[in-house]
Amino acid sequence: MPSLGADMQFGTLVDWRVKPGDTVKRGDIVALVETEKGVIEVEIFENGLIESLIVQPGQKVPVGATLATLSGDGKKVETPAAKAAVISPAPVALVKEEAPPLKIPIVPAPEPSGRLRVSPLARRRAQELGVDLSTITDRGTDGSITVGEIEKLSESAKAPAQPSTTVPTKGLDLSAMRRVIAAAMARSKREIPHYYLVTTIDMRKSLDWLAAENAKRPVTKRLLYSALLIRAVALALRTTPELNGFWLDEVFKPGDGVHIGVAISLRQGGLVNPAIHDVDKKNLDELMENMLDLVNRARTGHLRSSELADGTITVTNLGEQGVESVFGVIYPPQVALVGFGKIVERPVAVNGMIGVRPMIDATLSADHRVSDGHRGGRFLLAIERLLQEPEKL
Amino acid sequence: MTENEIREIVHQALSNVAPEVDVASLDPGRNLRDQIDMDSVDFLNFVIGLHKELNLEIPDPDVAKLATLNGCVTYLSTKIKQAS
Repeated sequence: MPSLGADMQFGTLVDWRVKPGDTVKRGDIVALVETEKGVIEVEIFENGLIESLIVQPGQKVPVGATLATLSGDGKKVETPAAKAAVISPAPVALVKEEAPPLKIPIVPAPEPSGRLRVSPLARRRAQELGVDLSTITDRGTDGSITVGEIEKLSESAKAPAQPSTTVPTKGLDLSAMRRVIAAAMARSKREIPHYYLVTTIDMRKSLDWLAAENAKRPVTKRLLYSALLIRAVALALRTTPELNGFWLDEVFKPGDGVHIGVAISLRQGGLVNPAIHDVDKKNLDELMENMLDLVNRARTGHLRSSELADGTITVTNLGEQGVESVFGVIYPPQVALVGFGKIVERPVAVNGMIGVRPMIDATLSADHRVSDGHRGGRFLLAIERLLQEPEKL
Repeated sequence: MTENEIREIVHQALSNVAPEVDVASLDPGRNLRDQIDMDSVDFLNFVIGLHKELNLEIPDPDVAKLATLNGCVTYLSTKIKQAS
């Protein structure tokens, strides 16, 4: 069961999209899983052959539990847990039989009440047995996790998961989603020393360029100014890569790419922030295509596991809802969030003359454990410069 | 194509981008984005949906005319007549 968000603890298998004997390749959708954020399409991270399906539709299992087994294609592959520990808060759903110690991936998971108390010996044993430390609730009197508890959990995880009495519900469980958001945001405010910066950017050149460009384009190829903003964020991260990644195990782990989480407010309440992958490598047309598809799938409940787990930084464009500035709460374990307010016509001095310009407030909420205000300021300045040359985005 | 048929297509295109909304309950004279909290990406998906269903090109400056359900029907009716 993959972790599809900072505070996900359980998931309910809704349906399999594969059966034993099927050949799968990395990126294929293999299952539908229901979480507090709706039904998610789970992708597989490796190539291989589906050997057995362990968890049945309707079963609710903890993050890290084995859903199915996969026999390999003979090629050496990166282990799921190693990948998760380095680049992503998300483990994978399926494991290869050749890698039995990794039946339950180690998840650098959030701990609601602070850091886990684990001795080096217990941590090593957990790694050997592939036990997710965050799922251990039976702890010593001082709250620490012992080798015995890890071995006990490892044994119990080998037994097939028992059917849960929980029946998958259709649509979103809003109270559950609210609880998930509450847990993630409370953790963020409790643990992350945020600092906030704001700069006001002249959007005249970007909007003029966009209007001229859209006049030439058919409706299916039209660009929105939010695509320029997201692309500018991706390119600006080249100057300050320390804003792109995760704070895990008391150190900063850089993202394996620029995967920008886009905050999407759901009309029925709550929000999701699925990621657009490799934004720095996409042109505006590709980015726009991704945005249209992603928002549509967020509305219709067809988001994919990698989209919910891979975000390395978040962008929120609350300006569309009418506010002039947004000072966001970082989505842990990410270390930065960029906010854009609405575009407002304001009188500004340009080259010694007062003029009326379309201005937008760009804000940065960043983790002071990883970056300082000076670097954050350079990042916002880079965004501003990029938006003055929209034709190069 | 009658106005009712066009209105039906508009309703369907809206339902595709906002499946949780009861389109029949909307005020056809009020701004859609205000009524159902559509962001710019939703709205573009809606306009693309109309374009695909009716096979009509909708120039960027005309998009403002699609702000309400009634505006959609009026604009699309005119375009269809011009095209035929």
